[in-house]
Amino acid sequence: MRMEDGCVVELTALMPCNGILPITIGETTLSEVDPGRITALMPFRGQHAALTEALQAAHGLGFPEPGQTTVAEGASCVWTARDQAFLMGPAPDDSLAPHAAVTDQSDAWSVVLLAGLDAEDVLARLVPIDLRPAAFPEGAAARTLCQHMSVTICRRAEGLQIMAFRSMARTLAHEISDAMASVAGRRAAG
Amino acid sequence: MRLTCPICGPRDRREFYYQGDAVMLDRPGADAPPQVWADWLHLRDNPAGRTRDLWYHEAGCTAWLAVERDTVTHEVFSVELVESADAD
Repeated sequence: MRMEDGCVVELTALMPCNGILPITIGETTLSEVDPGRITALMPFRGQHAALTEALQAAHGLGFPEPGQTTVAEGASCVWTARDQAFLMGPAPDDSLAPHAAVTDQSDAWSVVLLAGLDAEDVLARLVPIDLRPAAFPEGAAARTLCQHMSVTICRRAEGLQIMAFRSMARTLAHEISDAMASVAGRRAAG
Repeated sequence: MRLTCPICGPRDRREFYYQGDAVMLDRPGADAPPQVWADWLHLRDNPAGRTRDLWYHEAGCTAWLAVERDTVTHEVFSVELVESADAD
């Protein structure tokens, strides 16, 4: 497109793991998730209940308890830290703003899904918490480490969803795919 | 070593950052003499036995924690939120 005397390039938005994922090794697949909008919600002091009410009315889900995810049609709210959760999917309704600090995080995160036979065994090599379904069922969320990276992990119906800073997308894919290769190699060796 | 975070549950030591003696919570009054402030800021015991330290759950919920533990046996007696131990 030409503007005045210069040339403004048409920029194409790319996903953080564009050209890196998906990767399938053995019967386990690491793929990128399009999370829609990501909005950090940090309730103001004493506003937890009011925020949950506003979230219910606008998006059909409540503010999650620590270590939990709340889910509605096309939206989820994942606990990410003390007094902080990410609304994922829809644009946040204006009615949330009086009760919480609301910040757009959409382009700041790479979101990937690890699913298949060895998903838990792969992350057991990288993450210092128990992610087996009995300890970490659907709806569970945790902020923890993946090797040296801070990540937020939650269990979806489709598998384990891992969120890391967008700048770490390549490292995240590298670490997890290395562990996938090790686990698949061990399985192949019997 | 594991610490049981009041928010996250039992977590590996890798997730925590060690700050130091929990005496930091007992800040002298604003009118305390300089020597009291200097002692509070610089002087630390180095006990073999029971201690109370501040830890930060850096790779978890990001809460500051006061941990009572034994440096000889490595037993952890209690972990509480600094928020509930310190009104500041």
